[in-house]
Amino acid sequence: MHIHLDDQYHVGSTFIHRLDPRTKVIIAVLFILTVSLTPFGAFVGYIALFALLMTITVLAHIDPTYVLKRSVVAFPFALAAVTLPFTVPGETLATLPIFGGLTISQEGTIRLISIVVKSWLSIQMAIILVTVTPFPAILWALRALRLPSPLIAIVSLMYRYLFVLFDEAMRLLRARSARSASADGSRSGGSLLWRGQVAGRMAGSLMLRSFERSERIYNAMLARGYQGQLLSVAHSHLRPQDFVVGGVAAASLLIILLLA
Amino acid sequence: MTWQLFLTGLSAPQQLHIPDGFLSTPVSLVGWILAVVIIAYALRQTREQLGERQIPLLGVLAAFIFAAQAINFPVAGGTSGHLLGGALAAIVLGPWAAVLVMTAVIGLQALLFQDGGLLVMGWNIINMGILTAFTGYLVYMLFKRLLGVTQTSLLIAGALGAWLSVEIGAIATAIQLSLSGTSPLAIALPAMFGVHALIGIGEALITVSALALIGRTRPDLLRQGEQSGGTASAAWVTSGLVIALVVAVFSFAASGSPDGLERVAEDTGFIGTALDPFYNILPDYTIPFIGNETLSGIAAVVLGTLLVFGLALLIGRTVRAQSAKSHS
Repeated sequence: MHIHLDDQYHVGSTFIHRLDPRTKVIIAVLFILTVSLTPFGAFVGYIALFALLMTITVLAHIDPTYVLKRSVVAFPFALAAVTLPFTVPGETLATLPIFGGLTISQEGTIRLISIVVKSWLSIQMAIILVTVTPFPAILWALRALRLPSPLIAIVSLMYRYLFVLFDEAMRLLRARSARSASADGSRSGGSLLWRGQVAGRMAGSLMLRSFERSERIYNAMLARGYQGQLLSVAHSHLRPQDFVVGGVAAASLLIILLLA
Repeated sequence: MTWQLFLTGLSAPQQLHIPDGFLSTPVSLVGWILAVVIIAYALRQTREQLGERQIPLLGVLAAFIFAAQAINFPVAGGTSGHLLGGALAAIVLGPWAAVLVMTAVIGLQALLFQDGGLLVMGWNIINMGILTAFTGYLVYMLFKRLLGVTQTSLLIAGALGAWLSVEIGAIATAIQLSLSGTSPLAIALPAMFGVHALIGIGEALITVSALALIGRTRPDLLRQGEQSGGTASAAWVTSGLVIALVVAVFSFAASGSPDGLERVAEDTGFIGTALDPFYNILPDYTIPFIGNETLSGIAAVVLGTLLVFGLALLIGRTVRAQSAKSHS
């Protein structure tokens, strides 16, 4: 059992794929900021933003159903906003026959729908970003955009060892299932305390292995001339199309925001 | 199957990963500003503490926290306990290193798996990284000092730190949701507090057992974390954040616009109907200053937390007295 998560990135050679990673990161951030600034209930604006997303999806030859399928991740959180129709004062839409008449307000319902739609639009942009940009290129772009380089280096190393340590965690889980046989219908395993202890020891031994691995990695890095900084040879230059695409995207976002 | 397992592992601590859209723009931006200042300070602190080891050590341990979040255990009725990791990282590595580890975890989860939003990432980092790491570490150090250094007292300190760290993160999340007008505090606070009181038990169990194992096999690692320094600055930052959040809530509660739920209560009398049995059990429920729903919610949280603190202190004292007796 080996885990590859690289399938987030869909290899392609469309002009969206070939844009500078910085352009793509900036467009994605501007888009999410615009979504956030669009007022509640501006449904025409939401449709325009969705059209913009679909344009990018088509231009990048991504299967739109892939983005839609992945974008459901944020929906469970909508539970946090589900009380809005009952709590925001406004015109009464309906009255529920519980608690002696619970009113559903129009304003509250609009706000709930707006929050869910805005969240859904933002997450689609985030999905498109990692679909058209390899993750190391995103990290390179973040460093080029002046994010603190030690932090980016930590995330790069984390990305490098994520799959290794996740495989180790999977081996621990498999070993636990192998030694905890259970018959159908009968309860297996000890008390809650005992089960928590087993899981905790697994986490503890994984942590010790990670410590020791980090020592070995550090020594290997030293042997290769590491002096406290990660150097990168990845180069990308801003080309005219980056400015054109960036300009068009920024302009359309501004127009949507002003009209919404 | 592996892909689904991975997603389950990812979505496990999900309640605290706020997606984009659920916080208003000003609230989101304030979160980013606070997070950036604290991360910049953490980078400087750990640079002094770890030198050029900083990048490989923190990078691999961030990958560890991510992987360890997939280690779960069945609790009851199909739910499972799992790790968030902030308290464990802070106790072993020290608070400032843990801030960077958790920032990397949260950043990668948001960027690569869209678990948590990008614009709201500042608050996600504060709730799940900074507040959990600082609370876990400070509570652990405080109780270790109060209870003395025995195996039992270390585990009590660790459990409390882990439980409270999750709880503080949850409370902070509820406050941000209410400041953004997404959910009234009177609903979000008890809901978040209640759910995470249970989730915190899983966190505490795993953290303590992991600490016990590390303490037995590599006691030197635990001492490193304790000597890492930065306790005083961590205490300042935590109290600053907590005070800021409390002030924000109080000014919000005191402002002219009434809380949404109160308005509903006024309009429909639903609170009165719903709470009638409680009024009968607790006739003094309407204390003059705590008439406000929001304030009584806050008071309940503060009281509950103090109660748990006191109870743990009592148990710890008793355990220590007994072990002292058996030693003499």
